[in-house]
Amino acid sequence: MNWNRTFTIARTDLRQLVLARDFWLPMTILGSIFFVIVPAFLLIGISSLGDVGAVQQISDTLSLLPQKAQDQILGDSPQGRTSYALAVYLFAPMAVVVPLTISTAVGAATLVGERERGTGEFLAHSPASTREIYLGKLLASLVPGYVTTMVGFGAYSLIVNLIVGPQVGGWFFPTAQWWLLMLWVLPGFLLVGLSLVLRMSGKVKSTAAAQQASGLITLPLIGVAYAQASGAIYGSASTTIIIGAITWTIGLLSTARGMSGVKRQRLLGVADGV
Amino acid sequence: MRSVGKSFGDVPALQNLDLVAPTGRITVLLGPNGAGKTTAVRVMTGAMTPDAGSIRTLGHDPERHGEDIRASIGVVSAKPALYDRLSGRDNLVYAARLHGVVPAFIDSRIAESAGRFGISHALDKQVGGYSTGMKTRLALARSVLHEPELLLFDEPTSGLDPESAQAVLALIREMTHDGRTVIMCTHHLVEAEGLADHVVVLDAGTDLVAGAPDALVHQYWPDELVDISVGAGAVSSAGLELISGVRGVQQTADGIRVMIDDQSVTPDIVAALVRSGVRVARVSPREPSLEELYFAVRRTARELGESRLSLSVSR
Repeated sequence: MNWNRTFTIARTDLRQLVLARDFWLPMTILGSIFFVIVPAFLLIGISSLGDVGAVQQISDTLSLLPQKAQDQILGDSPQGRTSYALAVYLFAPMAVVVPLTISTAVGAATLVGERERGTGEFLAHSPASTREIYLGKLLASLVPGYVTTMVGFGAYSLIVNLIVGPQVGGWFFPTAQWWLLMLWVLPGFLLVGLSLVLRMSGKVKSTAAAQQASGLITLPLIGVAYAQASGAIYGSASTTIIIGAITWTIGLLSTARGMSGVKRQRLLGVADGV
Repeated sequence: MRSVGKSFGDVPALQNLDLVAPTGRITVLLGPNGAGKTTAVRVMTGAMTPDAGSIRTLGHDPERHGEDIRASIGVVSAKPALYDRLSGRDNLVYAARLHGVVPAFIDSRIAESAGRFGISHALDKQVGGYSTGMKTRLALARSVLHEPELLLFDEPTSGLDPESAQAVLALIREMTHDGRTVIMCTHHLVEAEGLADHVVVLDAGTDLVAGAPDALVHQYWPDELVDISVGAGAVSSAGLELISGVRGVQQTADGIRVMIDDQSVTPDIVAALVRSGVRVARVSPREPSLEELYFAVRRTARELGESRLSLSVSR
């Protein structure tokens, strides 16, 4: 295993993505909508809502949250408590949806794209092993989604602290649960999703087919991730750590299977039955 | 390669293929589309695994030592396989790093190979904007960056205009000057002419014949030939068969082709024709071309119904 070659493949793929405006422009817009526009709109709306009755009604729904989560909610006023709960609990699943959407879109096209463009011939005749190629492609797919999410997360943190902070006694975000979600649970989910999508990308005949198939893989995964991210935020730190550990285990096993599943001759566009 | 077979589903691409490429020479795999040339290249590098037979590339088994072999091989495929969004330089840097060129030498190697193939001026432009000829030159430059021992060119002039094709062939010839082994696939007979040190004629995944062009020509045409264009007069009355050194006479569209022991007998033939009143328009000592050889080989294979012909097949 030559890591230099793996990083070279990843770096070159990322460079091509950076040069592809038709890729990063929608990606930036998607991240902005989920991490900036929607949260800012909702939080500003709640904070400036004049109708005390409506705010009280929303605040009452917080009693549906687990007791542990309710205990962690800061703020004295109904507006402050509602804003805090929205900021900390409502948007957690989005932090998983955005990177999975972006990364799987990249990953779905990565191996089959080499074949379609004819560049798979170059890779197939190169000294890079199929493991190095697979891992390079996996890294190149993981980075755009994760980086976008981390940048969005930074912007989201700033917005939340600026809008909600004054009502709950100062800057409070990210909470410890959010750090665990972003740094421990999220990469695990990305690994699971991408390992599956890349295996599929190495087997289908066209990018269009890869995009379709990746939808079938990622939609249920997004559902699971959505639920688990919520659980990770609502639950204790140990729950979050366990969810992350399970996700990483599945991701690593799936990656190991994926590495051995890539066939060099599939990069050529020629394989048994293809 | 020895008795190599490879099928895609029910379709055989290689069948019992034997192939040897002499070191430091240019071997041309000659054959029509679908003859198995590209598949042969792919199994040589280990990019594809054969179903049967054994392969040794640079002395190693590509299936077991593929990475080492591919590190010592440069490949140019029929489509240049370049990354259009990247610049020419980025494409070369990518290849150099994958092939393990020492980072300190990458810039100088790129400058050297780009200069050699005449693309220095375009290195920082996006490859998507290159002409077909430029792309081929870039692919050639990429193939030698890591100073490979073996170069595999699969239809390298595909899509090029005649002038660019000639330039590319000249560059390929130049590459063997420093001792590299080249294997080139083509179905353009004119390209193989003058370039090939060794020819392997393929058809339906099988090698029909192999050898040095001169040796093959001599095997197929053991006699020397002279073509004579004639005007009025009866050639048959000249009694050419009776001349010592004449081995046979064939009618051609504008005269006769005479099989002879050597060209010293040509004046006697012309004199005999003139004596019998035949008007001789032109006399051309003839050396069969690779093209003629190719068609003769395929014709003989069809006639004999044999998949592989011995070099001593008589005509």
